[in-house]
Amino acid sequence: MKYFLKRVIGTIPVLLGVVLLIFVMLRIIPGNPVVILLGEHYDQATIDRLTDLMGYDQPILLQFVNYVKGALVGDLGVSYKYSRPVTEMIMEALPYTIRLALMAVVFAWGLGLITGIIAAVKKNNFIDRMFMGVSLLGVSMPIFMTSLLLQYIFAFKLGWLPMTEEGTFASMILPAIALGWNSAGSVARMTRSSLIEVMQADYIDTARAKGLRKGAVIIGHALKNSLLPVVTMMALQLSSMLSGAVITESVFAIPGIGRLATTAINNRDMPVLQGTVLFTTVIVIAGNLLADFLYSVLDPRIRKGD
Amino acid sequence: MEEKNILEIRGLKSYFFTDNGVVPAVDGVDLDIPEGKIIGLVGESGCGKSMTVRSVMGLLKYPGRVVEGSIRFDGREIAGLKENELRDICGKDISMIFQEPMTSLNPVIKVGKQVRETLLIHDRSISREEADRRVIEIFKKVGISEPEKRFNSYPHQLSGGLRQRVMIAMAMICKPKLLIADEPTTALDVTIEAQILRLMKELRDETGMSVLLITHNLGVVAELCDYIYVMYAGKIVEQAETFELFDHTAHPYTQGLLDSIPRIGRNADRLHTIPGVVPNLLHLPKGCAFCNRCELAEKSCHDQGVELREISPGHKVRCIKPIEHKEVTGS
Ligand SMILES: Nc1ncnc2c1ncn2[C@@H]1O[C@H](COP(=O)(O)OP(=O)(O)O)[C@@H](O)[C@H]1O
Ligand SMILES: [Mg+2]
Repeated sequence: MKYFLKRVIGTIPVLLGVVLLIFVMLRIIPGNPVVILLGEHYDQATIDRLTDLMGYDQPILLQFVNYVKGALVGDLGVSYKYSRPVTEMIMEALPYTIRLALMAVVFAWGLGLITGIIAAVKKNNFIDRMFMGVSLLGVSMPIFMTSLLLQYIFAFKLGWLPMTEEGTFASMILPAIALGWNSAGSVARMTRSSLIEVMQADYIDTARAKGLRKGAVIIGHALKNSLLPVVTMMALQLSSMLSGAVITESVFAIPGIGRLATTAINNRDMPVLQGTVLFTTVIVIAGNLLADFLYSVLDPRIRKGD
Repeated sequence: MEEKNILEIRGLKSYFFTDNGVVPAVDGVDLDIPEGKIIGLVGESGCGKSMTVRSVMGLLKYPGRVVEGSIRFDGREIAGLKENELRDICGKDISMIFQEPMTSLNPVIKVGKQVRETLLIHDRSISREEADRRVIEIFKKVGISEPEKRFNSYPHQLSGGLRQRVMIAMAMICKPKLLIADEPTTALDVTIEAQILRLMKELRDETGMSVLLITHNLGVVAELCDYIYVMYAGKIVEQAETFELFDHTAHPYTQGLLDSIPRIGRNADRLHTIPGVVPNLLHLPKGCAFCNRCELAEKSCHDQGVELREISPGHKVRCIKPIEHKEVTGS
């Protein structure tokens, strides 16, 4: 437990660094945000007044400190474009993204694990080759292509599922598959190779010499060991899922975090962009911690202090 | 006295079908294990000892398989048995200990549970509590101190010697009729080795089980085994009762193994080793497999194969010109 406390505390500098980076980058890109905000009709007095109001005349370090202070109490500033608190906008978009990500994760891990295990058991025969062929397609297809293809076939041509997000479960199926497709491929491939490797281990011979049958050996002795690397990879994949969500949400018109970020980029709406990036960073870091945690639950060798 | 064999292997051939050709890892082995006896199987690394016993346990790895021969356990043919039928015998009637205590236990499962599993597989009616009690009991018997605490240890928390004791506990818990120990002490240091070997002998004396002890060190088997098989390049080259083998060594290979046992009083740097290396099983010589390394080899050794033949009761050798011994009381 102490180990995890340490790990959590260790993420603080990372977070601060990320905030600083976003902060600086967004200020390096050309174009005065105040001018953009005002549109075509403005005079110098208005610009000055707004700049002062938004704190842009302050030294960047002070702006940074103020931002961090605000972020700590959940205040991420106010959207230029919509004049609403960024936190509120994120909270509004969050449920959509969570639902999408959860469904994608369940799809990816479920399909990936099952096909990976079957492929490993049926090593080198037809089923294995077929699964691995499809999974190669899975890992190598760009997510926008998967999204558009699924949309075209199942929504446009066959009409089985809705084209875009409508608030129903059915309307989330295609986006979830599109988003999970990549991960399903890599989970399947990794599960397969890991399980095949573990089946060569000495303790598998021990298990068989004890009298365990093949199925029981796989479930009771091989799986847990072979899932160690897979679990880590799955948790780390959370970040690629989030970047994938940006695309999926655009294609399927889902008002989630990803779309919030893309709209913010188009609008040069810095507080919103800053807020979404910070938020995603927190989730990615949480994913890494989760990976660590799961790993130590599964593997007693790295459990510290017992 | 008529002895009953718990295990009888006849003409066992186990080959590996590799891309480079067929590897005859076990090539026509006959081997008997009488009830209650400790039998040694000795030979250099790579001569096919492990593959012989793995054939018995159905543990040959792809691309290896048993191609021919009979394996009778307790009067029942078990070669070619269905996988599930064989599993019912393994762990219960025949159990096995492996060479590497470091990697032979599952790293993510508590050792007590791993030992208990053997019991639960073969005795479905036993209760958890009773099984736990039996595990603690067997832990005590194999000399594991603080058995209750050790039950909940993971393998990485135990020393090599302790892990091997856990392996022995796992092998013994169902009171098998035959224990196969494949180089159980090779990975351990000498003092631990002696303890483990003594433990196995004690367990045999107590339970009356048979033991097949595999080793590459003839010194190890000398005081433990009743009868010894010497294996070379997939074949048995000599077999005899322990005293007979040591006193009337007939095969130059066995002599080489004996000479390479380190002994007190013998100069360490004059330690004898057999010249050359084990031949590649893909390209065995036409004649005796050992001829290229044998100091006594003659032309005929290179030209013709040689069968195992009995030179005195219970003593067989596969050599055209076995070493002669001048008997003190000789005729
Ligand atoms: N996977 C494999 N592929 C090909 N040959 C193998 C394989 N495993 C073992 N062998 C062959 O089997 C021979 C005997 O191995 P083994 O029984 O393990 O020897 P040891 O007497 O040291 O236990 C080796 O020399 C090797 O040629
Ligand atoms: Mg071996």
